[in-house]
Order: sequence, then C-alpha cells, then structure tokens
Amino acid sequence: MRDPALIKKFIDILGADSVFDQESDLLTYSYDAAGLPGQAPWLAVRPRSLEQLGQTIKLCHLEGLPLTVRGAGTNLSGGAIPRPDGVVLLTSALKRIIEINQADMYAVVEPGVVTAQFFAAAMAQGLFYPPDPGSQAVSTLGGNVAENSGGLRGLKYGVTRDYVMGLSFFDSQGELVHTGARTVKCVTGYNLAGLMVGSEGTLGVFGRIILKLIPPPAAARAMVAMYERMQDASESVAAIIAARILPATLEFMDNFTIRTVEDYSQAGLPREAAALLLIEVDGHPAQVEEEAARVQEICRRHGAKVQVAQDAAQRDKIWEARRAAIPALARLKPSIWLEDATVPRSQIPAMILSLTEIAAQHQLTIGTFGHAGDGNLHPTIVYDKRDPDQRQRVAAAVEAIFERALALGGTLSGEHGLGLTKVRFLANEVGPATIAWSRRLKAALDPKGILNPGKAIGG
Amino acid sequence: MASLRRLAALLAELDDQLIACMRCGFCQAVCPLYGQTGREADVARGKLALLDGLAQEMLRDAVGVQERLGRCLLCGACATHCPSGVKVLDIFLKARALLTSYLGLSPAQKLVFRGLLSRPALFNRLLALAAPWQALLARPADELLGTSCSRLVSPFGPRHFRRLAPKPLHWLVPEQHIAPGASGLRVGFFVGCLIDKLYPTVGSAALKVLAHHGVGVELPALQACCGMPALSAGESLTFHRLLVHNLERFQPQDFDYLLTACATCAAAIRHLWPLMGRELSAAQQAQVQALADKTRDVSQFLLETGLLAEGKAAENGGWPVTYHDPCHLRNSLGVTQQPRQVLAASPGWHLQEMAAADSCCGMGGSFSLQHYELSAALGRRKLANIVASGCQAVATSCPACMMHISDMLSQVGERVAVKHVVEVYAESLG
Repeated sequence: MRDPALIKKFIDILGADSVFDQESDLLTYSYDAAGLPGQAPWLAVRPRSLEQLGQTIKLCHLEGLPLTVRGAGTNLSGGAIPRPDGVVLLTSALKRIIEINQADMYAVVEPGVVTAQFFAAAMAQGLFYPPDPGSQAVSTLGGNVAENSGGLRGLKYGVTRDYVMGLSFFDSQGELVHTGARTVKCVTGYNLAGLMVGSEGTLGVFGRIILKLIPPPAAARAMVAMYERMQDASESVAAIIAARILPATLEFMDNFTIRTVEDYSQAGLPREAAALLLIEVDGHPAQVEEEAARVQEICRRHGAKVQVAQDAAQRDKIWEARRAAIPALARLKPSIWLEDATVPRSQIPAMILSLTEIAAQHQLTIGTFGHAGDGNLHPTIVYDKRDPDQRQRVAAAVEAIFERALALGGTLSGEHGLGLTKVRFLANEVGPATIAWSRRLKAALDPKGILNPGKAIGG
Repeated sequence: MASLRRLAALLAELDDQLIACMRCGFCQAVCPLYGQTGREADVARGKLALLDGLAQEMLRDAVGVQERLGRCLLCGACATHCPSGVKVLDIFLKARALLTSYLGLSPAQKLVFRGLLSRPALFNRLLALAAPWQALLARPADELLGTSCSRLVSPFGPRHFRRLAPKPLHWLVPEQHIAPGASGLRVGFFVGCLIDKLYPTVGSAALKVLAHHGVGVELPALQACCGMPALSAGESLTFHRLLVHNLERFQPQDFDYLLTACATCAAAIRHLWPLMGRELSAAQQAQVQALADKTRDVSQFLLETGLLAEGKAAENGGWPVTYHDPCHLRNSLGVTQQPRQVLAASPGWHLQEMAAADSCCGMGGSFSLQHYELSAALGRRKLANIVASGCQAVATSCPACMMHISDMLSQVGERVAVKHVVEVYAESLG
C-alpha cells in the first residue's frame, strides 16, 4: 500500500508536481529499451537541483527505499528497470550545461543533458565530444557515464570512460563526493571516477560530470568496401590496423543486414555482397588524403570493390545506410533482440561463423552488423516476443553467443552493460572471486543495498 | 473488473500495431510536448506502454490513460522518426475512439459534437447569429493580425483569438461549379471550418489562384467539418455523421483533384477517412479511398500539375517572408518543398527560412483548448524564431497554425503579418 505520509516527505522536498504516484505515470517508468517485461516502481520523483537530488537520496536511505536513476530510459540491458518497492529518480530536470571551457577544453554538465545536444553545444564552440552511442539523439550523459557507453568512434577515439575527467556524485547516504579535476593530470586521492564509470547506478548518483573535449578533426573521408567473401572483409580490418591506421569508424554489415537495409531504404547497396565495410578516416587533410588512399589500396588488395564518397551528400548516404540497420531489421518481425558481445578484432571471422551456426541451430534469423574495428559486433535477432517458444529459443541463442564470445577471449558486453539481462553470466567471464570482491565493495559503500539493486554485479 | 476486461478485449485489436514499438525511446528526440515536460507519459513510447498496459490488464486506471492519451498534439513527428515504423497516430486515434466509447463523452462534448458540429446547417446559423455580438465581449487587440482579446473574464483566458469573420466563405461563395479552363483540370474544393468561419479570405485567395490558372472548380454547398476534432476526442459517432454528410457532396468522378488549403483537412481526408471509415458500406469505402487518393494541398497541386514552374523565384528581392511547416503537411503528407516554392514564385516576396521551421507551433487543435499553457509555451518558441528571422510576414499552410501564431504575436505586440501561402501568391498575381 502507498503510505501517504511517506509520499508527503518526498513532496516536501520536491514539490507536488515533481512526485509521481499515479498508476498511469508509474507504468511509464517500468521499462527501458532492453525489451524485458517491465516492473513499475512504487514512486517516481524528479529533482530540479543538486540540493533536491541529495535530499531525495538521503530520504531514500533513511527509509531503506531502493533507488533507480533514469535518464532517457534507452538502456539495452534492463539497467533502468526499477524495483516494485523502489523509487525511480528522473534526471530530466537536471539538464544544464554548466560550463564549456574553451581555454582548458572541458565541460561541466548535469546528468540529464542529452548526448547529441551536448555534442552540438561543444561543436558550436569549436570543440569535439567523440562518444556517439546509437541512442545519442535521446540518451543522457549521466546514463552514458553510468554505462560507459561506446559508439561508432570507439576504435580511434575511445569510449565514454576516456572523456570523464571528474565527477561529483552522491553516495548511498546522500553525501556529496568529489573526484577528479578540471586538469588533464590529477592523481589526488583514489581514481573514484574510474570506479563510477560503468557502475550502472549501483555505487552512487551523479550530480555533476566534468568531461574532456578535444579539437575536432579538420577533414574526413568516407568510403564503402564491398566483399564477395566474409573472410576478405575481416582480413582487411586486420590489415588496416596492422598498417597502423586507425579509422574514426570501421563498421561491418553482413549479407543478411545488407539485403534487409536495401529492401528498406533502396540505398543502392550490393545485395549479393557477402559483407560490407563502411570506413571513415579523419584528421589533418593531408593525413586523411594519405590514409584514405592506403585504406582503399588495402581493401582492393583483399578483393573489395571500393566506392569513396566524393562529397558530403555521398558521405551522408554511406552513414545513412549504417543507421538504417536497426530500423530495417526491426521491421522484419515485431521484436528485436540486440546483443553486443565483443571479441578481440582478430576473432571476428570466427565469431561471425559461430553466429551463423547459432542461428541455424536455434532456427532464428540473426542479422549482424557493428563496430568491426573494435570487435564489438551487434548480432540482432528478429522474432516475436509474444511467442513463448521463440522467446525460449532466443534465450538459448543468446546464451550460446555469450559462451562463444568468452571462448574466443572476448567479453559479455562491449557497451550495453550487464543490467539484468547478462548479470547471471558474469561468473563465466570473471570468476567467483571477482564477484565476491565486487559485492564486498558494494556492501561497504551501500550498506542498505538501495542503489539500483541487482544490476551490474547481481546480488 | 469484468468491464475492464471488455476494454482490454477492445484494445486487443491494436495488439499487432502496439507490439511494433520496441521501446527504443527515439521519439523523445522529436516530441514537442516531451521537450517541454520531460514526462514519459507525454511521449509516444509512454502512451504506447500505457495502452499495452490496459490491453494486458496490467493497469486499471482507464481514466488516467485517457487523460494522458489526450496530452498529445497529434503532430505525427514521432511516427515520422520511428525506427520500427509504428503507426503512432493510427493507434492513438483508434485508442481514443475505444476509450471514449468505453468511458463516454462529457455532457459539454456531447453538446458540441452531436448537437452542433455534426449538424452543419445549424452550426452555420448559430455562428452567424453570434458573429455580430463578438464586439460586446471582445475588444480588438491587433488589427494587422485580426486578433481580439477578452473585455472581461472569459473562457478564452489570456488568448488573443481570431474573431469570427463577419461574412463566412459560404456566404461569399455558397457554391461553385466552374468548368475547366485553360488548364483542362477541374478540382473539388474542400473548404474546412476554420477557413469558412475565421479565414474566408484564404478560401477566396485559393479560388482566385485556381481561376488565374484556368482550373475548373466544384465547390459543393453546405460542406461539413472534416471530422478531425471529433476523431481527436474519440467521438466516432460524430465523425461518421460528418463523413457521410461529406460523401453525399463530393463525388470523385466530378474532379481530377480534391484540394484543401487546410493542412489538417488534407491529412484527415487523405489518411483518416480511409482509416476510420471502416463501418461504411463497400461502395462508400471505395468513394472514400478515391477521394483520399485525389486529395492535395493547394501548393502540392500547383507544383504537381506543373501550373507553377519550379524555381521561378522573384527577381526583385521583395519583402522577406518566412515559412512555418504545419505538422499535418510535413509529417502526415510529407509536403515541405511545395509551399516554399509557391512563396518563391510570388513576386514582391522572397523566402527567408527561420530556425526550426519544422517544429510544431503548439496548436494541436483541441489540445490548445485543453492544455493552453503547454500550447503557449511551444508557441512562444515558434514566436522567438519568427521574430529572429527578421521577416515582416510569416506564411504557413494551415489556418489552425495561423490562429495560434497570431495569438502568440499579438500577445507580445509583434508586428508580423500572418498569411496563408496561397494568400501571398494570390496577392502577387495583382
């Protein structure tokens, strides 16, 4: 039962218009983008200031209420799904860019700032924020830091972790903790930011984030390489890296995805190609010129037909095709299951072979595309989640994918997080001692276990 | 809970459409309302989850869902950007109809829809009686914009509203049956309530343009509303009556195209008549489809038929005019370039884009009646972009957008003329 006196305490801190206790509002905070069955929280609240945020956490701690922070709810592993007796803490009213510092090339933001809006604001000041997760048009920076989000530019520019210079976060008791600095170098105290990045909301609640910005590349060139054999595509990836070239993006698409995208958008992709690489090199114009020529030469040497974008419109068309992968696959069947198991890039051919076998074995359709440059593939299973038999086969296939990725020296998740969907496989990758250590850490920092319980390390 | 089970069973027919939403949340990027409120129940994903919740009987609060479903501009931006192609507006309109049939109309809605709107002749007579008395209750706010505000406390609140025209279009042009001229083409003309009663000059301008290009016109007497306000309220009965009334007046074999100068009417006839007219006879359904296929916005018609050559921009600079994209043209019909080309082809004016021309003005039909503060907040953003463009005039292709934009400009005393694209073009013809 709802305790009106307890709800009143939240209203006293936040005001009645920022506390949601109606069934019809709570249901809308029951899910994220992972496609799991949802779970409505007991209450949802929306702090508007750092002070309100801290007081809200203090109250949750005092009352022992589980607390799940929610940005845009685009998590792909169930990390934003709350507990039924818990509180959802919305960051949608904490969306100020507090500072973009041109001289020192950093920015200070609140957690609810939308990634793409931050990217644009930095660009307007001549600075570049590279992490570009697929959901960047809606995802929040707080969510990106909590999940250590990646994106297409990971190979050359790294992931969110590489851009977090410092944090102010609330601990489970609502005390404000500071870590890192506005300086490039900082070895003061423990590197708590390193611990907080990717902790999936289980160790603290971000109040302010200091992000590194870099000069944007002056030039870029995009191209698409078309292969008759999958093996040639993956060998090209290895050869490009071996030539000490780091493309800004190096994306892969298998034949099934190519055909699906072509049916959907008539982008002019070769339907018969076994694989495509979509490549962009960027940097100083002279360097771009040289690297583009060398990449073309490498791809051709591996049997590819290569088309280079001659202008901005052709470049857009190449990335349009890549962005169409999920929409195109999503329209084949009512549901999609998007995985992100990652392998060392040299193992991509083996992984792709395994995916074909797994699809056949479980009688499922899997389209695979993704970030070939960093080994982070996105096998995407299309199915109908209303059918229990299909659900079961998807679960079995996903388990097989994890098993295979680990056997190839890879990891369960490149960028989506463990959340609820992958946490039970954690022991297979890191072993029991790591889990025990992580849980001791969690228990020490969050003795009541209120911070996003059950995610990332289970428990 | 037996009756809720009945509602769930009704909603189950939407299941195949609801399941397509994969909860990616990308609609948050484009939803004007979510941009204002940041509330999940305001964005398409949240509303789809609520309908799913009712259909799966995970939720008991049908009234709460109806209320939240009503908080939507029906602008269609979400559907246009949806990666999995969820037909959001179709679902919302069907769900509104189901919820209204389950929960019933309020007495006031009953009076407005069943008592007035679905009886076009009575509706016209009552408004004709009301028009001369407006001056008692309202005083002019801005003559350039033709807006008024309340003299006393009134249900219109702080709005600067458009007065009823002293002579609605159906007085000026009760009907028209003109044979094709030089163009060899003949069009049906669907007037629409707002053009008839508030902006008859837009209707006259469209007729002048058609005459100029030698286009024959079939404008039947006593046309009814396109039905959008009724659909928006989930009031299927009134929608059905209006549709049948209009079907008796518009025969697709009488014309090559069916034109409107109202973006909402165009979207309604093209998409919603076939979608929501499923209880009609087979012959009527065929008529509805034929009418839908022939329906065009005026600017779309001028370009598609080649009556107006592309890229014939005025040579003498002229006054700058900026263009606002009505959601129902942009998102529902995909019409964005044609109105701009009509403006570019109007001597005396030149088109100058404003920032975010494609963002909703906030009107959303009856949305602005029920949620004026949200509607005005969106309107003020549009206002700022219009003013920043430095133009003396803003043109658009929807009388509802014209009303709302005029309201916004008038409240802050900005002297920017609000015109329909076809008015700008008609004036340039001399």
